[in-house]
This record gives sequence, C-alpha cells and structure tokens, in this order.
Amino acid sequence: MRLPPGVNSNDFSKALKEFEEAIGKEWVFTSDEDIDLYRDPYSPFWHEEEDRVPSAAVAPDGVEQVQQIVRIANIYKIPLWTISTGKNLAYGATAPALSGSVILDLKRMNRILEVNDKNHYALVEPGVSYFDLYQYIQEHKLNVWIDPPDPGWGSPVGNSLERGGGRTPMRDHFAAVCGMEVVLANGEVVRTGMGALPGSKTWQQYKYGFGPYLDGMFSQSNFGIVTKMGIWLMPAPEAYRDGRVMVAKHDDLIPFVETLCYLMNSNVVRGAVMMESPLLDYRVSQGGTAFDMPGGPSVEEMDRLGQEKNIPYWSVELRFWGPPKIIDAQWEHAKEKFSAIPGATFKDGRNYRFPMDIKETEAALLVALGIPNLSVFGLISGAEGHLDFSPIIPMTGEAIFEAMRVYGQLYAELGLGSKNQFSALPWAYYPRAFVFLFGVSTYHDAERNKKNREIFKRLVQTSAEHGWGEYRTHVAFMDTVANAYSYNNHALHRLHETLKDALDPNGILSPGKSGIWPRRLRKEKA
Amino acid sequence: MKIAGIGLVFVLGILFVRPVLAAPDESAVQKGETVYQKWCFPCHGTGTGKPATDLLAARDKGIRPAALEERTDMTPAFIKQFVRHGVLYMPPFRRTEISDAELDALCAYLTRNNKH
Repeated sequence: MRLPPGVNSNDFSKALKEFEEAIGKEWVFTSDEDIDLYRDPYSPFWHEEEDRVPSAAVAPDGVEQVQQIVRIANIYKIPLWTISTGKNLAYGATAPALSGSVILDLKRMNRILEVNDKNHYALVEPGVSYFDLYQYIQEHKLNVWIDPPDPGWGSPVGNSLERGGGRTPMRDHFAAVCGMEVVLANGEVVRTGMGALPGSKTWQQYKYGFGPYLDGMFSQSNFGIVTKMGIWLMPAPEAYRDGRVMVAKHDDLIPFVETLCYLMNSNVVRGAVMMESPLLDYRVSQGGTAFDMPGGPSVEEMDRLGQEKNIPYWSVELRFWGPPKIIDAQWEHAKEKFSAIPGATFKDGRNYRFPMDIKETEAALLVALGIPNLSVFGLISGAEGHLDFSPIIPMTGEAIFEAMRVYGQLYAELGLGSKNQFSALPWAYYPRAFVFLFGVSTYHDAERNKKNREIFKRLVQTSAEHGWGEYRTHVAFMDTVANAYSYNNHALHRLHETLKDALDPNGILSPGKSGIWPRRLRKEKA
Repeated sequence: MKIAGIGLVFVLGILFVRPVLAAPDESAVQKGETVYQKWCFPCHGTGTGKPATDLLAARDKGIRPAALEERTDMTPAFIKQFVRHGVLYMPPFRRTEISDAELDALCAYLTRNNKH
C-alpha cells in the first residue's frame, strides 16, 4: 500500500475505512489498477522515481460528501488533490504535485444546476464538461453559447479556475466566473459574491457581493474546494464573420500590433487572435527556422524574399460575432485602421448567419463557434504527450521581435530546431497581453524526458530574465515557475503561504499547487 | 455421415461457440452506443476533425475502417485495454468517467458487427 507522506499505515487504513463509510465503498479506489488511472498520462517522469503517483482516490457525489472527506482528512492529515474532470492534460491531468496524495475526484458531481438564456449564465458543478454543457443547451434549445477551450472534455469549473482561455468574446474564462460555492479546509461551506446573501436572486449576475472580493483566491490555488460555480455565457449571436489582414514587411509588425491592440482594447475585435507569419511559414517549409536563430537571414533579405515571392510577412485573422450590421461595421472599421500601414491588404473570409448547419464547418473553427470538440489533438504527432510552456509577454511588436530573438538564441544554445508543436508566434488569448503556447514533448522514455525537462526549466529561467512569466504550468514545474515570481524577496509567495497556514493549518488541500506548500511540507527556499 | 457431421458441428457449437454466437444484447448495444457517442466519438468517430480517426486512417491505409464504430475486428479485451490504459496521447478513462458496466456496454456496441 502506498502511503501519503507522514501518515502511517494504521491511520491510513482508518481514514480509508471512514471515507468508505462516508461515500460508499465503490467510490474509494485503492487498487494499483485504479491508482494507475490517476497518474499523468503525459508525465515527464515516466519510469522514474519522481513520477507523481497518488495513494488512493475518492469520488464524492455532492458537497456534503466533500465536507465529510475533508473532515476525515483533517483528522489523519491526509493530503487531498482535487480534480474536476481530470482533463488538465499537459499540466498534470489527474496527478498530484505530491506523490501519495489522495485524489479527490469530483467527476461524479456533474449536475448542470441552471442555464439562464435571458441573463446569460450557467451554474454548474465541477464534473460537468464543456461537452455536457453544450449538449444541455442544445437539447433545451437555449439561446446562449459557451466558450470551450480547444479540448472540449475539460470542465468549465476546472478550466476557469486554471484561468484557461477560449476563442470567442468570452475567452478569458476566469473573467467570466460569477459566484462560487467553496468547501474550506475545515469543512465549512462558503458562497462568494451575492451567494453569501441568503435568498439572493443575483448570485450569477453580480460578481462582487459586499466586502473583499475573494474569488481569485480560489483560482490556481489550494485554499478551498470549489463545488459550484457560476459562469457568464454569451448570448447566441445572429452572425459570424472573419477577415484576414496582411502586411508586407518585417518592421510593419510594430504598427500592426499597435493597431490590433487599439482595436482589441476598444472592443472592436473581441475574440482571440493568433499572430501569423506567412513568410516565416514559407521559410520553415524551405528548411529554415521560425525563430530568429543566430546566423539566419537578415531583415533586408527576408523583406526581399517576401517581395519576390509576394508573401506577406505578418498576418492575422480577425473574427467577429454579433448582429450582421454591427460585425460588418467592425470589420470595415478594422480595415480602415490597418489601412494606415502602407501596403496593408485585406481578404474577406467566412460570413455565416445562424442558425446554420455548423457541422460542415471546418474543425479548426468549431471552438470559435462555441462547439466543443477534440480536433486540436490532431496537432500532436510523434510524442506520447506534451507539456505546455506558456509565457505572457507584452502586446507589442517590439516584444515579439525580442522573444523571437531570445528563444532563437536559447534554441541554438540547446541545439534544437526552432519548430515546436504549436506556434512560434504568440496569441492574443487574453485581454491586453500576448501569450506564447509552446509544446514540449514527453515520452515513455526517461532519457528524452530528462532532456526536455531541462529545456523546460531553461525556458522558464530565460523568460523570467526578460520579464516574462508563465500563466499556468505542469505540476512538475510549479515550484520552478512560482520561484520566478520573486519580487521583494518572494513577497507574494510568502503571502500565499501565510494564507495557506491560516486557512489550512493541517495542510490537507492540494499540497504543492502553484508552488504553495503547507508548513509541514515546506522546504527551505534556495 | 453428412448428417452426423452437421450434428457434431452443432454440438460443438453449443459447447464452445454458442456463447460467442449469441445475438448481441440489444439493450447493452444501445447503452454502449450512448457511451461511445459521449466518450469516443469526438476523437474516433466519422466526419472531419476526428484526430484519432485521421491517425488510424494514415496508419492503416484502408486495411480496416478508421472509425471505431465501423470496425469488426476488435475484441472486448482489446477495447478495455485501450480504455483503461490509453495509448499515445489518448489518456486512460477512469471509473468515474466510464464505469465497468458502461465499458461492458461499450464493448457490446463496438463488437456488435463482429463475425465469429
């Protein structure tokens, strides 16, 4: 029997028996076969001692059962690692940061409690997936859209708490959260925002309630277990259209991003935007590199190549959702603004009116039409998994140039090609900033994983040296990334620890999440 | 002799083959189809944007259907192995996602057209 750290087998057996009495024997998993189902399928530690392996899993089906589990865990100091649908792939999936933790699997808590298509929100439990919510809305013919992340089997609760992103105007998922129910480490149930008011009629309509606004404290954290969450939805739009903007030269990127930023921050462009470079794609297709590696072609040579081949250097696809007259005007306004860049060209794209048979739409567009799917997995090839490295950088052309140079230099030092699984250019996933989405491959091969872990750490360190931090990371690198957020002698991290000690003195909730360890498991900082 | 031969085959059929030849349990097949639609179809189904179907089509080059629901060569043990252990970037599925009973139903659905 694998044991939680610091827990003897006698106490662990007692705890498991009490878990069984609380939630039913069939929902307490202790066999090796079951425990294997909670390991990270994309682990960077396959066949290594450091692989995160839980000691057991428990699967309650309601908030009262969660409370009971938490109370038992407090008695025996059992670490509980909470998962919702368990599909946080590339970030650890179902696996804990601390081996020996008991997985608190909330998948059975899969009730859609309300979907309101007049005020446009949903109230859901953690085990509900984007697929479930979409199907419910379709079956009930409700006039709202969800904003799924690329893989649709994740949880709106889990993804929002991890501050995941989508493509539509509701793409910043944590920003769409309105009201939570949380089980604290002492077993008490708290409702945030207007939910604290008994009989409140606006729990999912006004975020802040009265007094300090605490919802952020429960995201990417281990301060409580979220058992219900309100999320704002988008009114089903009447129409969708998109169009492409292209500029010719390398240095056009500066006004190009400045214009994009103006349009996004003015809410003219409201969806996620991926930066693209047809010319760099061409360079890669000819055996060249996407990043600016040392010894690569000069800016002048690249501009000349673009001119000869008639390939634009930079491009974006802008997407618009809403009433036809408004989105037509938004696209026209965007073209007008980008026209200030000499040589800018435009191409009208798709133009849809709803309802329509969107099954025929190309798979890559489905998430932008609010339809959950798994087509993104088609981008992964050759590996058995991947980690996402995703630093936030400023939304400027200068920042992109610097990042392409810095990562190119790093890739050269590490002897790597410049291709990666997703993109060599950043996304405007979130408001006001860019994020890079790099895939670092994992394998069932210890040597290759060891090398890629070192690459990952170098990416984190090099990014931090340039003022770029990750927005989210795999359980194996949570300490590394948290350590980079070190302003004023790690003041924020120390505040996290103070909160942890106050709210969870026995350190039972998700030890190690986001690098936050309870006092009894804390290591001295290097 | 001929009659005896048929009789022998019949007897052997009762002893060894009949459990396999039994008509698929329609209710299990229906339940299994629901499980398939929920958990398998988004990657393994027919139509565009099904990454596992695309991967298997590229690998098998027409030797067998790429969409799982069209295959007739999978055994329950084979299906259970992949569901509970995963492969490549397909993760395993937990009992809180697909219960043992649902997995049995899924096997009934995916083997419904198998020739025995």
